[in-house]
Amino acid sequence: MTDTFPALSLVPKSEVAQSAKDFKSDQEVRWCPGCGDYSILSNVQGFLPELGLARENIVFISGIGCSSRFPYYMNTFGMHSIHGRAPAIATGLAVSRPDLSIWVITGDGDALSIGGNHLIHALRRNVNLKILLFNNRIYGLTKGQYSPTSEQGKITKSTPEGSLDYAFNPVSVALGAEATFVARTMDSDRKHMTEILRAAAAHEGAALVEIYQNCNIFNDGAWEPLKDADTRDDLMMRLEHGEPIRFGADLSKGVVRLSDGHLAVVDVAEAGESEILRHDAHAEDPGLAFALSRLANPVSLVNTPIGVFRDVQRPSYDRLVREQIDQIIDRRGPGDLQALINGSDTWVVS
Amino acid sequence: MTKQVVQLSRVVIRFAGDSGDGMQLTGDRFTSETAGLGNDLSTLPDFPAEIRAPAGTVPGVSAFQLAFADHDITTPGDAPNVLVAMNPAALKANLKDLPRGSDLIVNTDEFTKRNLEKVGYASNPLEDGTLEAYSVHAIALTSQTVEALKEFSITKKEAERAKNMYALGMLSWLYSRGADGTRAFLKKKFASKPEILAANLAAFEAGWSFGETTESFSVQYEVAKAGDLPGGRYRNVMGNPALAWGLIAASQQSGLPLFLGSYPITPASDILHELSKHKNFGVMTVQAEDEIAGIGAALGAAYGGALAVTTTSGPGVALKSEAIGLAVSLELPLIVVDVQRGGPSTGLPTKTEQSDLLQAMFGRNGESPVPIVAPQSPSDCFAIALEAARIAVEYRTPVFLLSDGYIANGSEPWLVPSVADLPTIDPNFATEPNHVSEDGTAAFWPYLRDPETLARPWAVPGTKGLEHRIGGIEKADGTGNISYDPENHDRMVHLRQAKVDGIAATIPDLVVDDPSGAAEILVLGWGSTYGPIGAACEITRRGGLNVAQAHLRHLNPFPRNLGDVLRSYRKVLVPEMNLGQLGMLLRAKYLVDIQGINQVRGMPFKSSELVDAIAAAAETM
Ligand code: SF4
Repeated sequence: MTDTFPALSLVPKSEVAQSAKDFKSDQEVRWCPGCGDYSILSNVQGFLPELGLARENIVFISGIGCSSRFPYYMNTFGMHSIHGRAPAIATGLAVSRPDLSIWVITGDGDALSIGGNHLIHALRRNVNLKILLFNNRIYGLTKGQYSPTSEQGKITKSTPEGSLDYAFNPVSVALGAEATFVARTMDSDRKHMTEILRAAAAHEGAALVEIYQNCNIFNDGAWEPLKDADTRDDLMMRLEHGEPIRFGADLSKGVVRLSDGHLAVVDVAEAGESEILRHDAHAEDPGLAFALSRLANPVSLVNTPIGVFRDVQRPSYDRLVREQIDQIIDRRGPGDLQALINGSDTWVVS
Repeated sequence: MTKQVVQLSRVVIRFAGDSGDGMQLTGDRFTSETAGLGNDLSTLPDFPAEIRAPAGTVPGVSAFQLAFADHDITTPGDAPNVLVAMNPAALKANLKDLPRGSDLIVNTDEFTKRNLEKVGYASNPLEDGTLEAYSVHAIALTSQTVEALKEFSITKKEAERAKNMYALGMLSWLYSRGADGTRAFLKKKFASKPEILAANLAAFEAGWSFGETTESFSVQYEVAKAGDLPGGRYRNVMGNPALAWGLIAASQQSGLPLFLGSYPITPASDILHELSKHKNFGVMTVQAEDEIAGIGAALGAAYGGALAVTTTSGPGVALKSEAIGLAVSLELPLIVVDVQRGGPSTGLPTKTEQSDLLQAMFGRNGESPVPIVAPQSPSDCFAIALEAARIAVEYRTPVFLLSDGYIANGSEPWLVPSVADLPTIDPNFATEPNHVSEDGTAAFWPYLRDPETLARPWAVPGTKGLEHRIGGIEKADGTGNISYDPENHDRMVHLRQAKVDGIAATIPDLVVDDPSGAAEILVLGWGSTYGPIGAACEITRRGGLNVAQAHLRHLNPFPRNLGDVLRSYRKVLVPEMNLGQLGMLLRAKYLVDIQGINQVRGMPFKSSELVDAIAAAAETM
């Protein structure tokens, strides 16, 4: 396992083979029937055995919201904290405990409204956290107010005449914060989500995974066009590193870079296959990934990319903190408390 | 020329100048030399919130007061015997505090028409008789410094900047202070600038010889070693570094790595700076994106088994309240250091106050008890940090440590403890299941409490078989599972309160100092008022009135004997730098008619004010 997941080399391995069942806690799952959170939970529980980590060295930390109940259902260590603060709390844990695999579970309100500051700082510092952001474009737990990812004009209880807020695009926000790993996947696509989780787990540093999640009670069908077999292929492009970015029926559409530097979706036959952009998730410059994140129409969902937008190497913050301490100890020797408090200017009273 | 040497018992000097004049440095150096001579001492820096307020203005004045004596003293003195005023603004801002007859040293070079106008002097106070009542030493400090440094290849501005060293040299001679420490200090500070170093050394020596030769000073003073201090090795220490070292000591004595999550804020930032210097003790410091993230990161580290600390001042506590509530609910060890300053809101960042006691006590939603401790002097910050850590770790609780700006930046001699004598702290991590389920399997219940302390087990991630989930939602007693059951909530609220109340069993009884044994008045304080109250009580006793003094280092819970102590005096006076916060708690808990002595002027009490207040109270008995 250590080869597949070098980022987890400091986390002790399980002595026995695991199955999804090992990760189910004894608590009754209490999301609304039909909620997209169920499939995410089962996907994560199904994926974790692949990492082969000691269960007690895995920690799930969440904020507040429907998604944030997630840790209670995982038979690992877990903390259900306060609204928006999970990335900050997880940062302290990651810095002090390199032997843990730490997952942050958050939602669009938790991560992007009340906790926006902590999210961007965890990402820019590149703390070794895997952040799963369940985006359902609504406040579920407080019973249906618009969220920072709700489309403008959204009718909700708090916006009976339509919301006036311009929406955040979580992937754009993360790329703007220079996150080293940014991906998007879908609650209902087990195979794709597993691939993304695998890539995130293998990444050293912060990984932001936006998961399009359906809240069937307050915002049902928000992502339906991307799930419906009749429309999805036409709307959604799957990003694969090194592959030309093509989608649509018969892969007739593709992404090209215009002479002014902007990206555009074109007819492949017209533009010519050789013109189609190859996705480079490892590009140091986040510019192209950001441009891809801006292609989607937030209302119609036309041209929505999913997959890994960006996956680059940068030493994680927590590792740098520990390395700096080790270097200082090497250079100065371990601290001597008596010498510290004595200082250099003392006098004796007899 | 040898001058007559006069022995003094106690001296109070105040250095005052523009923010850019280096008065804090001058004061610090003078303090170090004084400490090295074995005097007892106490200091009070007083500087503006602005880094460089407009030059030459009253708001831009920065001052440093130092009292030193041949006996045990507890305050930096009510009023200086000597004022060094580097410009008209410094004179204007400080003259009112200088008793008539005192020495006044002024830098005449700065008394220009323009500078005088800037602070509203219509005429020159050096010439118009304003200063008749003082023993004025009018010295052209700037030009004499520049003259002394004319051989050096430095700019005029650089030469002028050395005037504080000239003044320091002069004062060092006047009070027979040493010079070696200052020389060594300058050598280190200007190691990479040999020319500036040489100039500063020369300015210091020039000031010294000027003192020796000038007719302006007819005598030289000496203050003997303080004789009544307990024997041992001493050093001078300020509150913030002492607090930082106390935290490092607590880390060593508990075997837990120290983690600080913090956000810069006056007057607490120096603790962050100090801890950041000592990473060779394994100290982890995270300067977070905001106050909330500072405590959040600390709480995360506490969950992982670190000795977790967050440091801040009052406005930061307001932001951290929700996370402190989470720590109460999670029952994890966490030290919250609040170096109090003037409030409300931004208030007075560089001035001291004790007005966060009720915020620490009650500033959270729900029934959310948090233990509170407070140091009584700069050196006590070391011991109180260890005590805060003990309570936090052994009771699995956040603990407030309430310091204040006066303690943080003030200094005093400290009898350096031997590390071998420090108390140890046992984290007592959970390593095994603690419950047998109905089906006979071993289980771990994160909220199954120690019957004696009511502390819950601390099971850190990585402990096999103890996987569990905790959160801010109410938990079932024992299992820790989510519970909305009304009976359970009632029980949990009472349990959390009982746990904190129970800490009293490990707190020493309050000790009352009443040499006569016949006092009818008790003066009770907490935090940095210790020094002024002690001095006031001594003066009062010398005046023939018996008075008892007691000081609280534990504010929640209180020592068990506090009620009895309060009830055994006819009158209880509680001086506080707030509108009566401790007084309110005492009245509510013990139904005793506390009489508050309250002020919020951003400065510590003067002992004379307290002497008057005690006398007034005695008259009404
Ligand atoms: S309210 Fe929506 S998001 Fe929350 S549990 Fe129900 S369906 Fe899921």
